[in-house]
Amino acid sequence: MSWEIVIGLEIHVQLATKSKLFSGAKAGFGAAPNTQTTLVDLGMPGALPVFNQEALRMAVAFGTAIDAEVCKHSVFARKNYFYPDSPKGYQTSQMDHPIVGLGHLDIQLEDRSIKRIGVTRAHLEEDAGKSLHEDYDGMTGIDLNRSSTPLLEIVSEPDMRNAKEAVAYMRKMHAIVTTIGISDGNMAEGSMRCDANVSIRPKGQEKLGTRAELKNINSFKFIERAINVEVERQIDILEDGGKIVQETRLYDSDKNETRPMRSKEEANDYRYFPCPDLLPVEIDDAYIDAIRQSLPELPDQRSARFVSQLGLSEYDASVLSASRTLADYFEAVVLVCNDAKLSANWVTGELSKYMNQHNVEIDQVPVTAVHLGQLINRIMDDTINSKGAKAVFDELWNQAGEVDAIIEANGLKQVSDIGAIEAMVDDVIASSPKQVQQYADAEVEKRGKMLGFFMGQVMKASKGSANPGQVNGLLKKKLDLLC
Amino acid sequence: MALENADIEKIAVLARLQVTPSETNDYANSISSILSLMDQMQLVNTDGVEPLSNPHDATQRLRKDEVTCDNQREAFIAIAPATEDGLYLVPKVID
Repeated sequence: MSWEIVIGLEIHVQLATKSKLFSGAKAGFGAAPNTQTTLVDLGMPGALPVFNQEALRMAVAFGTAIDAEVCKHSVFARKNYFYPDSPKGYQTSQMDHPIVGLGHLDIQLEDRSIKRIGVTRAHLEEDAGKSLHEDYDGMTGIDLNRSSTPLLEIVSEPDMRNAKEAVAYMRKMHAIVTTIGISDGNMAEGSMRCDANVSIRPKGQEKLGTRAELKNINSFKFIERAINVEVERQIDILEDGGKIVQETRLYDSDKNETRPMRSKEEANDYRYFPCPDLLPVEIDDAYIDAIRQSLPELPDQRSARFVSQLGLSEYDASVLSASRTLADYFEAVVLVCNDAKLSANWVTGELSKYMNQHNVEIDQVPVTAVHLGQLINRIMDDTINSKGAKAVFDELWNQAGEVDAIIEANGLKQVSDIGAIEAMVDDVIASSPKQVQQYADAEVEKRGKMLGFFMGQVMKASKGSANPGQVNGLLKKKLDLLC
Repeated sequence: MALENADIEKIAVLARLQVTPSETNDYANSISSILSLMDQMQLVNTDGVEPLSNPHDATQRLRKDEVTCDNQREAFIAIAPATEDGLYLVPKVID
């Protein structure tokens, strides 16, 4: 049987406000436990929440950035459940009247085509605290620093059909929220995490299959892996004649498997009702328009500019604009070397290759944009050839340093002095009589290929620094004279 | 709408309230009578009436995004029943 995979994502974005959603406590990661809380965050009786206007602005900015309906009337609701890291006994969220309604996002697929993914809604809510289950004399430790930190929960339509599409959607969302500056997007610190609703159905069937919800995935790599193992699990069950149970599952990245979350909770029954401590939030068109006007250049716009202004291919432009930091890096390289095409080749080529090999994201690469720009300058002014450039890049990546100093220290300067090259060519020819004979005996059309041996020898003699074009020309001339 | 004892038991679990079997019946009766008042109210024609999310004719006031509270951990910890390393301790949540 052939299966179709159906994926919807709920992305939680931690908004980069200075203070919390409903209190004047400092928001932010990494402080000593419970040093960033107020009576409101502790859920003390009588402590009342007051809504942070910056969180509202950020939510509206997101809505306008994805062309969504921004709701002029939104209402906070209580989502009731008991867990010790939520001292109020409910989470303040939005239910019937979220701040952002229907919108959409375009992603690029592997075959380079564009697919539109629907965004159902985005609503504001507060984060919970953190439970630490290490053993504190048989008890659980609670840190409420994160309690009431503002979150924007972005819910997609079940429009994605494989794990790669889900990753592309998440990456695009990451690019948008970091571009408009509403979140630092730091996934390792939990600033952006997602729940994936995954189900499968026989190809051609309209009715959706029973879904499992994969909770709290916090890296692009894990989204792909978690979805893929979950899909395999569901296919195995259905093909063995079993049934999928609707449940919440956790992805274990060490074992690369999903498993049901141990939960004594009743089936979700959150008994939402409008929060009596907070009044309806009313905003007007002027407010929304002012925020829309203040949006920076969005990833799609930047991509279009890379094509029209810098002459990049659509593909390179979309790859380079996929993350704000990557696009900023690329533009910083261009600023130094003034050659967009070569910069794009290096950023999407060598740099990306090293990033994959070393498993680092663009904001952690050891080679600065300025250094890469200078390196490209040295290629353009013929100081180094492409092989030498790769050696310099490797050195910059592994030990840092200045481009010109590395070229100097490693003798990578391309030798374009025709006399010096000629001497090396003569040496190689003189010391390889056997190969010269073979070359002379070969048919003319096969000689081109045989030239490779001599090229290799000369480049080796020059430690890779000879100008390959000159070597090639000289070798041909001299060898043909001998034949 | 009348509630069964099973409904009361479920509500009690969700609300983390301990309800003895003898109380269950009483609660079922009294909550059912509240719900029958609701049923009566449901009969009122509300066509064209906007749902009310708050009885006050006012909208939410906004707060500037400023940190206005310092660290008050010592004061809060002092009134907690159990703490360690700055953490509040609660009965173990998972095994």
